[in-house]
Amino acid sequence: MEIYKADVIIVGGGGAGLRAAIAVAEADPALKIALVSKVYPMRSHTVAAEGGSAGVKKASDSLDYHFNDTVHGGDWLCEQDVVEYFVSRCTEELTQLEHWGCPWSRTEDGHVNVRAFGGMKIERTWFAADKTGFHMLHTLFQTSIKYPSIKRFDEHFCVDLIVEDKRIAGVVAIEIASGEFTLVEGRAVVIATGGAGRVFRENTNGGVVTGDGMALAYRHGVPLRDMEFVQYHPTCMPGTGLLFTEACRGEGGFLLNKDGYRYLQDYGLGPAEPTPRNKAMELGPRDRLSQAFWYEQQKGRTIEGPHGSVVHLDLRHLGEEKLRERLPQIYELAEQFLGVDPALAPIPVRPAVHYTMGGILVDGRCASPLAGLYAAGECSSVGIHGANRLGSNSLSELLVFGRVAGEEAARFASSVAPAAPASVLAQAQAVEQRVLGIRQNTRGNERIATLRKEMAQTMEDGCGIYRLAETMQKTCDKLDELKERFKNVRVEDKSSVWNTDWLLAIELEYQLDVAQAMAYSAINRRESRGAHQRLDGFEQRDDVNFLKHSQAHYVAGGAPRIDYGPVRITKSQPGTRAYGAAGEKAEQERKASHG
Amino acid sequence: MAEHPKTIEIEVLRYHPEKDKTPHTQVFEVPFTDDMSVLQGVQYIKDYLDGSLSFRWSCRMAICGSCGMMINGIPSLSCQTFLRDYYPARVRVEALAHFPIERDLVIGMEGFIDKLESIQPYIIPKEPRTPAQGEYLQTPEQLAQYEQFSSCINCLLCYAACPQFGLNPSFIGPAATALLHRYNVDSRDGGKAERMELINSEEGVFNCTAVGYCSEVCPKHVDPANAVNQNKTNSAADYFLRFLSPKGGAK
Repeated sequence: MEIYKADVIIVGGGGAGLRAAIAVAEADPALKIALVSKVYPMRSHTVAAEGGSAGVKKASDSLDYHFNDTVHGGDWLCEQDVVEYFVSRCTEELTQLEHWGCPWSRTEDGHVNVRAFGGMKIERTWFAADKTGFHMLHTLFQTSIKYPSIKRFDEHFCVDLIVEDKRIAGVVAIEIASGEFTLVEGRAVVIATGGAGRVFRENTNGGVVTGDGMALAYRHGVPLRDMEFVQYHPTCMPGTGLLFTEACRGEGGFLLNKDGYRYLQDYGLGPAEPTPRNKAMELGPRDRLSQAFWYEQQKGRTIEGPHGSVVHLDLRHLGEEKLRERLPQIYELAEQFLGVDPALAPIPVRPAVHYTMGGILVDGRCASPLAGLYAAGECSSVGIHGANRLGSNSLSELLVFGRVAGEEAARFASSVAPAAPASVLAQAQAVEQRVLGIRQNTRGNERIATLRKEMAQTMEDGCGIYRLAETMQKTCDKLDELKERFKNVRVEDKSSVWNTDWLLAIELEYQLDVAQAMAYSAINRRESRGAHQRLDGFEQRDDVNFLKHSQAHYVAGGAPRIDYGPVRITKSQPGTRAYGAAGEKAEQERKASHG
Repeated sequence: MAEHPKTIEIEVLRYHPEKDKTPHTQVFEVPFTDDMSVLQGVQYIKDYLDGSLSFRWSCRMAICGSCGMMINGIPSLSCQTFLRDYYPARVRVEALAHFPIERDLVIGMEGFIDKLESIQPYIIPKEPRTPAQGEYLQTPEQLAQYEQFSSCINCLLCYAACPQFGLNPSFIGPAATALLHRYNVDSRDGGKAERMELINSEEGVFNCTAVGYCSEVCPKHVDPANAVNQNKTNSAADYFLRFLSPKGGAK
């Protein structure tokens, strides 16, 4: 086994991982950084983010407004002190990225431009056309090349964490090109592996988004927090689930049902006006819009297509010139994948799974309960998204908390001595034997793809936009069954070089653990809040019993144990979450009652 | 009413360094629907016919740059190339040309990564600023100078299209030149002089024979041939200015 001695290890080379790596390098150039990623960093799923990244920019905006939008949008399940820190850091981090070369779209006088986004009171979403994540990721990746202390392990697949004496001591990774194992030793580890949307059938996520880091931390006793909150993005391509950014609506797009009617006005989001009004209609939050779609479908007011019911995303009135300038990628996706010219015809869309609000439990400084283990980005639950993330907060999260995680990991690594090398190596060798065992397994004939598809289907059936105890229970049972059947999984490919069959099996095992955490957390939350909506007697938010975070604890060979932790409320008491005209009224009442 | 499900033949170039001396082809019959991409066809093979087939993919929407392949001999992103454009004929998929094959459809990328790292692909500030000083001003016209060259997804189709790279793998090539140009013409950057040394070198832009196929296959309209040719002019000017100016050309 190869051994590499680092000081700080970062697992995941997307936006959060790269930002963390740069933060470590800037905090202390003497620290050796290992950046371990299963793909070349620029392939990471940050690349697919489209619409933009939030940070207060306009004179009419304020940190309080961004705070309130985020906390209300999260249905008060946010850590308010962490949100307060977050909103105070976004603009500086976005400006830093501007200095590093990110091609932000500009106003005529050369300032960075901002656009409207769902659930945001004031325009504060920085954007680079509709390829914001792509540009942020490439800017971070290319900038990271400046720092000689960052040693990249590209296309190295992390298979376990090494924990010695209750403290992190390293990671074990497979070099994909050779199938060889490497032990990377280090005194601090930042997990930045992204979300887990691929556990669902129809999703916007890339193939790499398999919850690896969540499962790794979880198996080592770190709870996964708020995993029942899974975001359905309302405007996705039928069949493939590919994303049509919320910026389509930020720029003025309409959502129409089969009668050409802007149906969102029937769901407390009106009034319908010809131009976008922030926090109303098409600029409502994602959970509400996906829920409205579900009701339209129940009422028979959607359009039947070859891949299920759809509604229309109508951009025609924006005109080809504006669409080509502001939404060039969307234009091409519609043309190439659907044969639709969005300047001439509406785009058929339906909701698809997009984002994992929950994740690895960390405090406001990105530290998990396991000493030396940090997490940032979608894999983590630092507490800013609550029960529903607002669009454009997650890209800013990568920057703000990627940096925090890197700085904290650097500080921790400098404060402790390395673990005993012999014991660490022995552990790594045991990991190697276990993981080779998955490849060599001859017990059964279960196909990886069959298990994966059954998992994705049962997650959609039980943990979709609306949920019932009965179907959630079926999903829990099905996942238990799939975990049993996984023991008989057959990796057809027994070779070493580029054995992606083997890697898919390992990913599937990660996914099954994460899916269980989601389903069991969901069935135990007997209320409706944000993206977790029930139709079986728990239709209301219940602050008495459930204004608290769920925490799923891994139980080897069994179902997760679910318990709860407190929510930190500082300055925003839970109130009515309303949008459109009703939202404006509620805000006036709140102001009046607070004097 | 039940029709026979349609199928399409996908011919795949296979190579496994642990088993094969040379690459060989294998044909698979895959269920066909007219919204299926070539990538989805290849995924079907892996999921249901032969789990040992190796290829890279992720985003499925032509932005991550992973899934480049030769499709009927043309460098293409398999996620945005559709089987319907070939049906009912057989489709042939191979690893991208001009690169070493690591296995099946997977090419070795280290050479490209080395080139990308060598061009200093980051802002070398003309006038350093701290975040507290706010953003650099950059007009939409200044942005337009480099925006198209910043849209490269590193999919390497242009290298598979470039006959000169095929002959000389150390040629810096289209994508890396486009990226170099992207930073050189960014109004915030002052690092052009450092980067021009590479352009002027033996592996620099003069290897290009202006075939232009790189720009034709580019899925993101980066037009690397344009970047290469602008740099030929820059490089020539830079070369001659070295004799005239004591500080050198591009400074």
